[in-house]
Formats: sequence, structure tokens, C-alpha cells
Amino acid sequence: MTTLLIEAKNLSRYYDNHCAVDDVSFSLEKGEVLGFLGPNGAGKTTTMQMLCGNLAPSAGEIRINGFDLLDQPKLAKQCLGYLPDIPPLYKELTVTEFLEYCGRLHGLSFRQITAAVNLAKARCGLHDVAERLIINLSKGYQQRVGIAQAILHTPEIIILDEPTVGLDPIQIKEIRSLIKELGSEHGIILSTHILSEVQESCSHVQIINQGKLILKETINGLNQRMNTGTIKVVTRSAINHHSFSDISSINSIENTSDTHYLIHHDSNNSPIELVAKIIVDSGCGLLELSPVKQSMEDIFISLTSKQTEEETA
Amino acid sequence: MIFSIASRELRTLFLSPLAWSILAVLQFILAYLFLTQIETFTSFQAQLATIDNAPGITDIIVLPLFGNASIILLLVTPLLTMRLVSEERRNKTLSLLLSAPLSGTEIILGKFFGILGMLMLIVALISLMPISLIVGGELDWGKFACNILALSLLVAAFASIGLYMSCIASHPTIAAICSFGLLLLLWILDWTAGIKGQESEVFHYLSILKHFQNIQSGLLNTVDISYFLLFIGTFLILSIRRLENDRLQK
Repeated sequence: MTTLLIEAKNLSRYYDNHCAVDDVSFSLEKGEVLGFLGPNGAGKTTTMQMLCGNLAPSAGEIRINGFDLLDQPKLAKQCLGYLPDIPPLYKELTVTEFLEYCGRLHGLSFRQITAAVNLAKARCGLHDVAERLIINLSKGYQQRVGIAQAILHTPEIIILDEPTVGLDPIQIKEIRSLIKELGSEHGIILSTHILSEVQESCSHVQIINQGKLILKETINGLNQRMNTGTIKVVTRSAINHHSFSDISSINSIENTSDTHYLIHHDSNNSPIELVAKIIVDSGCGLLELSPVKQSMEDIFISLTSKQTEEETA
Repeated sequence: MIFSIASRELRTLFLSPLAWSILAVLQFILAYLFLTQIETFTSFQAQLATIDNAPGITDIIVLPLFGNASIILLLVTPLLTMRLVSEERRNKTLSLLLSAPLSGTEIILGKFFGILGMLMLIVALISLMPISLIVGGELDWGKFACNILALSLLVAAFASIGLYMSCIASHPTIAAICSFGLLLLLWILDWTAGIKGQESEVFHYLSILKHFQNIQSGLLNTVDISYFLLFIGTFLILSIRRLENDRLQK
């Protein structure tokens, strides 16, 4: 059995009485790219800060590469590269100086530093701005310096908090391919609230809402879930919902207006044909019938709102 | 590791105009004071020659110079130390240090030695002035060394308080005000001893000024040295504790 890169058990974190992270457990293996997904204030950043030793968990245990973060913090942190939500940059240094300093902080020898800095600069496309002061760089480049800093010492685990914020589409693409490339030899956790990003670059996804883990899936599993389909129907006059009650694969029907309907159904067996038949037979006048491709956004919203409903119930 | 942090700290100081302007202003003011002391000495020189066992050039020039320097440094050190931790916390760069394989002790010691390097440079520049006197006279080297030692210990103590305040405060200005207030308090604590019947042994012992002056006068005493070392140690440990506490609550 391979050792897990990250093993988090029953993590909780309270700020006074406010519970930011509530009993979250998960693990990360080598070669996995884990996407941490959640709305604002869900506890993504708090969880990441706990993983990196910036915050002590109120309860729970974290093992990094087999080392307990509390008992052997130095060994554990040696395996970590962390990019916080705001990149920690000394803006009065040049890019090269800053990266060299980061290398020294991680205990790299002088020779290793030169090689590591060059590699990180190449990977993040920083060669053109290497001698410029960080303060003069654009937000996107600063973000890249932050990423370079996190991967500099080739840690086993790379934790990136919203790595693509502030980047232009081309840079986002580059960063995504970089993440994929790194993902093959390292374990990566990245947080984001952009769902397509998870789809693009992650192998696993974890959805967190109000401090609770509400979904942990592989990307394939998630894509499967996404196949639950929706049909958009427009008729001339209103139809009775009960006329569809015979079709078992229909989960629910939603009226968007008097004659506009959204029919949610299972993916495996599409009721389109039956629906069309029923409407035509009822004589309500079928004007439009089209399948709606459900996006990850919909799953995300349905999952997060379901939980809120359960809580209020 | 400590050295890396310290050298970056020192570098960044010199990348901003702050360090340069402080050095320039200090040097200018102290040079002026040095000059007035020399002026005093030359005007009294004839009378001094007639007295047996008269105070020498070291007593008349070096002692007041270092005394004045200590008061000016009391004003300046908080300005240098205020940004050490609180600004990193504000700019969120602290997480770079916290997620690197470093202990809190290494971070604090790195910061402390960084700023101490700057302060030692100031002490060295001040010491150059009396050394220029050997062109035309004799220095009491023992006493001169004691003055350098006293001032070094003093600024190290100032730096440790400043560092601690910077760990506590959320804003550099608050850190500067607090450390300045605390330093001034410790400086004037001894003044109550001047009032008759109000002398307090405790205040006497706690006052920085008294210990500084003892060493300055050439009286090397274990009590004074250990006072400074304990002082520095206490505030460094408090700073480390405070930094580790950051992880627990926010």
C-alpha cells in the first residue's frame, strides 16, 4: 500500500462560536489532483490553511506524507508547497531574488537553488520578468510568481488556493496544463469556485459547503451525475402535470412560466419520446422540445441548496 | 535558516529609503552633538590641566555622546522594528514563513538578528566618531569598549521589545507607539527614586537607564549584563509564543 500524501481526519475549526469547518475527513494519493469546490465562505481556505500549518485545527488530525503536522511540523512542511489565496510576495524584491529566498527557506543548497529557480521560472513563464520588481508586475504575473514559489522545491504535495484568479484565458490554459503535468508526479489540491476548472484539471472533486463535506467523487463519477437530464418543453396551452405521472423516469416537473416546463429525468432512459407523444395526444400544441445539457453549475447548486434545505427543515 | 531570514530583513530595510534616512539623520544629529562636546572640552582644557586626576577626553566626549545616542535610539528603534511581523501579517506574507519548514523560534530569531544587524551598523557608525579623536589625543580604550558594549546591549533590548510589540499589534504604527511607550516607561521608571522617601528597589532594578549607565561608566557587573540578557530573552520568548499563538486563534 502506498502511503497517503495527505490524511485528514475529522478536522474541525471554530472561530469563536462560528464553525468554519465541521468534521471534514479526506485523503490524497500520489497522482491525484483534488479539486476543492465550494461557494464563498464555505471553509475552503480555512481547510487549506490547516493543511499547511498556518492554522491549528480545533479538533482532528492531519498527516502529511506520513508525518503528523503537530508532532513533526518541519518534516511535514518540507513536503508542502502552498499558494495562499493572496500570494505571499515580498514586493520590493525581484522575481529571481524572491524565488531564491523561498528556496533558502526550504533548505535547498546553493546549487539546488539555481536549478530550482530556473525550472520554476520556465514552468511558470517568468523568464521575461525575472529581473523586475514584483511590485511592478501585473496581477497575473504576481499570481504566477506565487505558483512558482509553491512548486519551487518540488514538494510531494502542492496546495493551491484559487490558482487561476486574475489570470487571462491563455494563462489559465497554461496553468491548467502545468497542473496536469505536475499532477502526474505530485499530489495536488486546488480550491476554486469555478466548476469548469475542476472539470478541466482535476481527477477528484470534493464539494464543501458551510464547513461540511457534501460530496467526494472522481471526475468520472461527477460527470455521470451530470447526465441526469432536463428537457425544456414549450406548449401552446397549459398541460396537466398528472398526464406525465406514468413515466417512471421523470423525477420532477418545473413550471418556468404558464406554458414553459422543465422536466428533470434520469439519464439512462430518456423520456423525450413519451413526453412528445403525450403532449401531442393531449392536443395542447407542442411548440418546442429540447434537451438541456446540465452543467456542473446545476449540480453544484442543487447539492448546496439541498443541504441548506435539509438544515432549515 | 535564521541567517536567510535575517539577511532578507536587512536587505529589505536598505531597499526602502527608511534605513538610509534614519542613518543619515542619526549621523547628522550625533555628529553635531559630538562637535559640541569637543567644543566644551577644548574650552575647559586649560582648567582641566591644572586639576589632578581630571576627567579625560573619554569622560567628557564619549560618555555624553553615547548617552545622547541611547536616547535618540530609543526614539528610532520602534520605527525600525514596527514592521517586522505586523506588516508581514497585513500583507499576508507571513504564511510564506509559516508554511515553510521553519520553527517559530527560527522566524523570530531571524527577524531579531536582521534588525540587530541594522542597529549594530548604527552603533559602529557612532563609534567611529570618538575613534577619530586618536589623531590628536588618547582614548581610554577600556571605557570606550564598555560604552560600545552598553549601547549594543541597550539597542538589542530595544529591538526585542519592538519585535514583541510588532508581533502583538495588527498595524505597524500601533506597534511603534506601544514599543515607544514601554521603552520610555522603563527609561523613566528610575526617576521616582529621586524623590526622597519614595525610593523603590524594584523600580530601581527595572529601570533600563540605571543598568546602561553602570556599564557605560566602565563598571562591568554581572547584574547589569544579566539584566539585559534576561530582558532580551524574555521578550524574544514572548514573541515566539505570540507567533505560535497566531495559529490557534484569529
